[in-house]
Order: sequence, then C-alpha cells, then structure tokens
Amino acid sequence: MGLKLQQSYHHSVTVKVNEQMGTKRGYTFIQANRAWLPKFLLLWVMVMAFLSTWIYKKMDADNKVRRKEVLSSMCDQRARMLQDQFSVSVNHVHALAILVSTFHYYKDPSAIDQETFAEYTARTAFERPLLSGVAYAERVVHSERENFERQHGWTIKTMKREPSPIRDEYAPVIFSQETVSYIESLDMMSGEEDRENILRARATGKAVLTSPFRLLGSHHLGVVLTFPVYKSKLPPSPTEQERIEATAGYLGGAFDVESLVENLLGQLAGNQAILVNVYDITNSSDHLIMYGHQNQDGDLALLHESKLDFGDPFRKHQMICRYHQKAPTSWTALTTAFLFFVICLLVGYILYGAAIHIVKVEDDFHEMEELKVRAEAADVAKSQFLATVSHEIRTPMNGILGMLALLLDTDLSSTQRDYAQTAQVCGKALITLINEVLDRAKIEAGKLELETVPFDLRSILDDVLSLFSEKSRNKGVELAVFVSDKVPEMVMGDPGRFRQIITNLVGNSVKFTERGHIFVKVHLAENPKPMEDPKAETCLNGGSDEDALVSGARQFKTLSGYEAADERNSWDSFKHLVADEELRYDASVKMKAADEASQSVTLMVSVEDTGIGIPLIAQDRVFMPFMQADSSTSRNYGGTGIGLSITKCLVELMGGHISFISRPQVGSTFSFTTVFGRCKRASFSDTKKPNAEDLPSGFRGLKAVVVDGKPVRAAVTRYHLKRLGMLVEFANSVKIAASACGKNGSSCGNKTQPDIVLVEKDSWLSGEDGGLSLRTLDRQQNGHVFKSPKMILLATNITNAELEKARAAGFADTTIMKPLRASMVAACLQQVLGTGKKRQPGRGMLNGSSVLGSLLCGKKILVVDDNMVNRRVAAGALKKFGAAVECAESGKAALKLLQLPHSFDACFMDIQMPEMDGFEATRRIRMMESQANKQMNGGTEEGSIRTGEWHIPILAMTADVIHATYDECLKCGMDGYVSKPFEEENLYLAVAKFFKTKPISDS
Amino acid sequence: MDLVQLQRQLVDYRTSLYHEGFLDEQFTQLQSLQDENNPDFVVEVVSLFFEDSERLLNELSKALEQQVIDFKRMDAQVHQLKGSSSSIGAHRVQKLCIVFRNYCEAQNVEGCLKCLQQVKHEYGIIKTKLESMFQLEQQILNAGGSIPV
Repeated sequence: MGLKLQQSYHHSVTVKVNEQMGTKRGYTFIQANRAWLPKFLLLWVMVMAFLSTWIYKKMDADNKVRRKEVLSSMCDQRARMLQDQFSVSVNHVHALAILVSTFHYYKDPSAIDQETFAEYTARTAFERPLLSGVAYAERVVHSERENFERQHGWTIKTMKREPSPIRDEYAPVIFSQETVSYIESLDMMSGEEDRENILRARATGKAVLTSPFRLLGSHHLGVVLTFPVYKSKLPPSPTEQERIEATAGYLGGAFDVESLVENLLGQLAGNQAILVNVYDITNSSDHLIMYGHQNQDGDLALLHESKLDFGDPFRKHQMICRYHQKAPTSWTALTTAFLFFVICLLVGYILYGAAIHIVKVEDDFHEMEELKVRAEAADVAKSQFLATVSHEIRTPMNGILGMLALLLDTDLSSTQRDYAQTAQVCGKALITLINEVLDRAKIEAGKLELETVPFDLRSILDDVLSLFSEKSRNKGVELAVFVSDKVPEMVMGDPGRFRQIITNLVGNSVKFTERGHIFVKVHLAENPKPMEDPKAETCLNGGSDEDALVSGARQFKTLSGYEAADERNSWDSFKHLVADEELRYDASVKMKAADEASQSVTLMVSVEDTGIGIPLIAQDRVFMPFMQADSSTSRNYGGTGIGLSITKCLVELMGGHISFISRPQVGSTFSFTTVFGRCKRASFSDTKKPNAEDLPSGFRGLKAVVVDGKPVRAAVTRYHLKRLGMLVEFANSVKIAASACGKNGSSCGNKTQPDIVLVEKDSWLSGEDGGLSLRTLDRQQNGHVFKSPKMILLATNITNAELEKARAAGFADTTIMKPLRASMVAACLQQVLGTGKKRQPGRGMLNGSSVLGSLLCGKKILVVDDNMVNRRVAAGALKKFGAAVECAESGKAALKLLQLPHSFDACFMDIQMPEMDGFEATRRIRMMESQANKQMNGGTEEGSIRTGEWHIPILAMTADVIHATYDECLKCGMDGYVSKPFEEENLYLAVAKFFKTKPISDS
Repeated sequence: MDLVQLQRQLVDYRTSLYHEGFLDEQFTQLQSLQDENNPDFVVEVVSLFFEDSERLLNELSKALEQQVIDFKRMDAQVHQLKGSSSSIGAHRVQKLCIVFRNYCEAQNVEGCLKCLQQVKHEYGIIKTKLESMFQLEQQILNAGGSIPV
C-alpha cells in the first residue's frame, strides 16, 4: 500500500514538474531559431560583403566619372587653346598674304624685296609663335620661266635642290623668312603635299593645310599652311577658275606642330598627368598623327576626343587626350568599403554573440527553473518522506517500547531493570523527537489540519505550567501565568496545538533561564491601543518614574524584579491592562456584547523570561528549523532546534504571527498572536463544566489581601484568586496590610475583614519588622473579630528553616508553592480553611483509561463493520471503557438501527464494506437526520438549541490514515476518524472531541 | 512443571512471536482489553478470527478454481482477511494480504494462487502458534498462576 502511495505521489510530482515546465517554456524568437543562428550570421556576412562591394563599385564609378570629366575638360581646354593660337597665326599669315598682294603686286614697282620681307617677317615673328617660318612663292607659268629665272638670277629648283624639270607651272619661293631661307628658289610645286596645298588654296581662296609630314628643317612633324595671293581683286563671289586665273603666288608657313603643342601644353597645369595626341583625320580610315607618339603606354581605357578646327574645311583634326597613368586604385573607396565590411562583420558578430548569449542564458534559466521545480518537488518529497518515515518509525518504536514494558514486567535484576528503564526513557524521548519531526514534516507538506473545538485556555496554561513547575522550582525561577479577564473563558481552536506552542516556548524559557522569572501573559490583541497611553503617561511624569527605578537599585518593575527584554510587560503598561479590565467590569455590558458579537477573538500571548537571551547574530535564524543560536547551545542545553520552527508554523497556521525581542544576558520575550473562534453562548454553558477543571466554588465571595511589593506578581496572584471567585486587595507591605486591616476592622466591622492574607515570601523577608507586624495584625484581629484571617505564605522555593520561621511568625502550615495554578491554590486554601471536601483536583492523567472511561461510560455506541473479528475487537475496546456497544454488520443494518428516534450516542463506521460502504451509509444517515430536523423545527419551536438537532457523531474506522481519506470522511458528513486497529490513545483523542461537548449525564 | 518456569516460557514464547513478526502491537492492545469482566476476550476474538479466516480461505480457494475468476469478490474477501488479521495483530498474514490484494487488482491468477498458498501457510503457522500459546496460558491458569502481562 505504502509503495503504491509513494508511486502515485511520485507520479503526481512528475506531472507537476511537467506542467510547470510546460507553462514556463515561453520560447523567444531567438530561442526558437537557435539552429539558424550560424546561418543567419553567414547570410549577414554575405549580404554585407555584397553591400560593401557595391559601395566600392559605386565610389569607383564616381571616381571614374570625375576622372573622365576632368580629362574631357582638360582636353577641351587644350584643344581650344591650340585652336585659338592656330587661328591667330593663320590670321597673321592671312595678313601677310594681303601685305604681299598689296605691296608686291598692286605697287609697281614692287615695294617688297627679299630683304624687306625677311626683316618684316622676322620682326613680326612674335605674332606667329606657331610658325617656324613663312615664305612666299610666286606662280610662274612655264612660258615665263626663263624670264623669271633671268630676272632673279637663279634657276628654279625642286625640293631636292636640283634644277626643276620642265612643268606647266612652278611656284618658286622668292621671299622667305630668315628662319626658312633654305627654301628660297625651291619650287613648292615639286613637293607632293605643297603642290596639293597650293592647288587647293588657290581654288578655294582660303588657308589650307597639308597633312602632317616631317618638316625639312627641324624634322619635326608639321603642317604647312598655304594662302593664295591674288593679283587683282576678285569679284564678290568668284568661281574656281577665276580664282586660279587671278592667283599670283602663295604664301606659306610651316607649323611645327610638335614644338607648338609642346609649348602650349607646357603653359598648362596638369601637364604631366595627361597625354595628348593630335591627329589629322581627314582620311577617316587612316589617322595621321600630328603630335604625340603613336604607341604610347598611357591609360588606354580612357580617352577623350576633342575636335580641332584649324580653319581648313577640307582637313579635319582632332585631339585625343589620355591619362599618363592608369586610373589609380581608389584607396578611399577601397578603405571605405573595407571598413564598412569590417564594421558590419563586427556588428554581425556582436549580434550573433548576443544571440548566442541570450540562448545560453535562456537555456541556463530554463535549466535553473527546472532545477528549482525539482528542488521544490524534492523538498515536498522530502517532507512527505519524512512524514512517512517518521510514521513508519513510530510503529516499530511502539514495538520496542511495548517490548520494553513487557520486559520490565518480568523478573529482572536491578541492573537489568535499570538498563531496561533507561532504554524505555530513551525510546520515549525518541518518540517525542520523531513526533516533532513528523509535525514539522506534516506542516511542510501542508498536511497538518487544526481542529476547532471549544477549550479552556486558562486550564491549558495551568497544565503547561504544572509541567514545568518542578524544573522551575529547582532552578529557583519564578513561573507565572496571567490571563486577562477580557479573554473569553472558552474559545474555539486547537487546544493540543496551542498547548504545544506554549509548551515549546515555556520549555525553551525554562531551559535557558537560571534566575528571575518566566511569565506567560495572555490578553486580547485589541489592547495595544490603550497601551499607547501609558507610554505617554510615563513620558509626562517620567522623571519620578525614572527616579524610582534608579533608587530601586536595579529593581525593575517586572515579575521578579529582574530586567526583561521587552519592557511592555513591566508594571507601567501592565497596570493599564489590569485597570482596563476593572473598568470593563465596572462599566460595560455593552462592550461585552460587542466583544461577543464578533466571531473570532485575537489573543496576544507573550512568554517572557530573564534567561541568557539570544545572541544578536543568531536572532534572525531563530525560527529556521534545526538552527540553534550556536552549536554550543545544543551542547549545553540539548535540543534539536526544531521546536521554534514548529511553533512558528503552528502560530501561522492559527492565523497569527510570532515575534520576539531578546537582549543577550537580559532575556527574551516571545510574543505571538493567534485567532480563536468565540464559543456560542449556548454551547458555552454546556461546555464549561466538563472541560474546566471544576474549580471549587466554595471560595466565592471570600476576601483576600495580597501582600506583595511587586505589582505584576500581585496581579498574577490576584488573577488566580479571582478565578476562584475571591475578592482581592493589594498591599505593598505587611505593615500596610496590617494597618489597613486595623482600620477596616475598627470602622466597618467584619464586613470588609479579609478572610485570607496571602504574603509573598520576598515581601515578608524584606520587611524587618515583618514578624512583628504580623503578630500585631494577628492580635488586632483577635481582639476585634472572632474569625481571624488566615495567613498564607506564597513562595517559589522555601527552605525548611524558612518554613519553621514562617510557622513561628503565624503563617498557616500550608505554603502555596509557585507557580500558581487556580486548582492548586484552591487545594491549598481548602487545606488551610478546612473546607476541603478532599476532592481530587480535577484532571487526572490525560490519556488514562479513567478519562476515557469517564468519557465513554454509559454511552451507547453503534459499531458498524462487516468484519466479524474487527467488530468484536472494537466492541471489546469500547466496552472496556464502559460503553454499551451494539454491532451492525453492514451499512444497511446500521441504517435500520439508526432510524430516528434512536438512543445511540455515537457510531463507529467501517468505510470499506460490501454493498453499502461507510461513506454511503453516513450520507444516508445524515439525510435522514436533516429531514427529521426540518420536520421538527417546523413542528415545534420548543426544543432547546442543543437537543433540537439530530446529529449523531459518526467516526470512520479506517486502516489507512491518508489525508484524502480523511477529507472524504468529512465530505460525506463524518465527524472524524479512528485509525484501525483501535489504540487507546487514538480512540480517546477521537472520542474526546464529541463527548467533551456533551454533559455527562450520569456523573 | 514449575509455575515460574511456565510463566517464563510463556513470556519467551510470546516475545518470540513478536520478535519473528507473527504478532504485532495490536495483539498487545487486544490483550489489554482483556480484564476481569471479560476474561476470555482474547481467546474469543482469536477463535472468531480462526473461524472467519478459514471460511474466507476456503472461499478463496474455491474462487480460484473457477473457470471465470471473480477478482472483485476475491479482493473484498482478502480485504476482510486483512482487516481481521490486522485486528488481532497477525502481522505476517496481514502483510501477505496486502500483496495478495495487489495481485487481485492486477488480476494475476498465478500471483493469487501463490499468495493464497502463502497465506494459508502463514495462517497455519499463526494458528498453531496461538493455540499453543493459549495452551500454555491455560496450563498456567490451571496451575493456579496468573498470566504475566
């Protein structure tokens, strides 16, 4: 079964883990495409490479365009200049031609001879910088040759300096500039180019150019410019024939193009960068070069052509410019593109890195989350495991203890008995520890459920105190409890857990306190409001208070006079609490009503001690499980350190908070709040008697004087006496008490005469004249009244000598030992006053059979179980405690027996039964009851609230005490469960809840 | 035989029963329920247990011989057996019943048969043991002694 349980639990844990994983897995885009990340990076790099190439190309293209523009502008500029210069020269030659025609032909005799011409041309050479020289050749027809030759005295020669052969026409040079004087007498018609030029010139009447050729003198490339000179003025639009007829000669000039262009270019900037070629492109298929090298190694890729117009319509020229060097690689473009690429690469890489990092972080996050979930699951599993294991350990431990008990019953030697007893004690301690661990685990696993039953807070506190009274008395520590009157007598809650909390806290305090006091105080948590006031008040008359404190020589107004960590418990605030209560008693029925109107009551419980306190560094882990202040603590004081953490859990389960104030070497005050339900009035009266410890009512109305110098302690004493119904007055010292008694005695008689005088041992011993005044008091009383008040000593511990002294001083034999408990005080008073009926003070052993017996005695109980043996055992167990048992072997039989009205007080119901299981049977029973209740309420209003409703307590009997089963039980209307097989303690716990609330009819 | 010796023998015997896991604390509880008003309580309950168990074991054997096995019914019967054995503290039988029920739930015929054999075996042992214990007690009582707790 256990295995199955664990399996199913494990399953649920995994499912939970999976669920959580499922919900937490919100994939981001990056996470979803993680496999694509390197591809993204690659793509990015490629795109960026492409982009940077594009940028490079673009920039390069821009550069080229610019380069081209520069080239063309330079080229055009050169061409224009060349053209301008050329035309200037041409014009001048033209002018010369006119000069010759004017002065050579129109004048008779000629005004020009060779010398004049040479000089003139030399002097005007600056006008024709492009011309290496000019010459004039006259047109000579063959018929005139002889005449001409004779006249000039030389023969006409060809270009090759030979006498010219016979031709139709000659053009011998007659005038020439000095620079070209070597051509005088040469027949220009004998040169191929010149002849053609001449013919063309005289036909058109314009300047004509030859194609480039090597000039005679310089061997530079050059062209010859030829102008016709006409004898007579031509008609406005002469024909070609007329022009030829009119031709008198030819003026020619040689352009040394090479040096010309060189000069020209030399004047311009950017000369070196650019390579200029000038071509004659008259014959379009064969470009003749005029300037520049035909096969240069300039930048062939880029050239610019500019048209040149030298004024000869027949000839066409052009200038071609190139860069000298190939376009330099554009470093700007290259670096820009490269840098761009690098930046993009880096950006890409950064993004990639970031993405990878995100993926990694997210992975880690998911992993962490998974681990967290697992850890939490493991934590829960741990708690479950602890719960299971502790439970499992308990069973064999019970076996061990049982065996030990059996062993102790046998005949043993004293040593053996000692060993066995030790083992038993250890075993019990172990069981206690396991129970604590189980509690802790249960709380952690959220399986601890609090019950809600009415209980008497005060008696629980008394019980706890009595538990520790022995220890505290041995240590000489004063242990006291005070419950404010405002706290309702009965509250609804979990008494067991409340007791556990108080036991834990008080146990701790007792453990760590060697002197002073431990003080448990319970009041309503609404009280802090009026508690604001005392502080203000202390401030107002703080001076005097402080003085009192100082003069009191480190006497603090706490219970024992030792300083406490939290001064809220000192008298200054405490008296307000008390005063407040008195006020309430006086005045407000209204307030009471208001109080009881609310459904819950919040209590503030504080446990104050004057122990060693908690070291400051350890204060923040006080409530952590297994943490003690330091390791030496567990060595010195023992304990596991689990108690406080359980306490905290329990307090929180009860809807409260726990906190503490602690000062090392001064003490600690643990305070916690808890919320309890109020008991309804109806049940209040019912529940009061059986539960409360039956405080004797014989003391009602008695008057007591408490003599105690310490107001807090006096208030505690009064609280206990008040619970017995006594009227209490305070007196600071015996003297005052005595005088008060005296006055009262004389003035008002015995009406206000105290019946009892309770004297605190400290107050008695501190007053030097204590004994004396007591005696006076005694005597006075004897004198006036027949009934003397009883003197009782209150003490935490007392030596025999002191006891003797006390007796001698007139105290009663019985000393009330602290810690005070109402029942104990009552017992002592009975003894002293002699009114005792020798009653056992209320509560016996809690788990004893007698209690169970008293609970079950006379009850009629129905046991429903299909298993014969179980039935018999259950019946046997219940019968043993005096119950009248009836059995039913099936759910149906039970239903029959429980037909209303019936006389059963409770029903124990097996759950797993054939035909009709326990759940079903319970459901039907409840249905039956509710119908009956309805009818009854409709019928008669008479029935009191208590008996007005049919509701038989049904307790499930089940072998598995799994939580779910318990829930199921409650769901179908059961009131609780008893684990099967029956155990006395379990049975008691289960039954107690129900029979406590009912009056025991026959006791 | 000496009375003291008998008593010791009984205690030893009982302890061995606990020790070997035949009985658990529930039997102690059962014994604690026995008092003057109810002197034969333990014997009475235990004989009820014997009666009930024998009936159940027979029914289980029959059920397993059937062509069609009613596992549900068997489960209920084993549950009964488990309940009664745990009530008297027959620890081993109870443990076996838990296994048996698992087999019933799994409808495992072989497992059931095996378990039935084991349960029968354990039942036989506990029956003999308890009977001899009662005999011892009876002897002590006859000899005028009281049964040590």
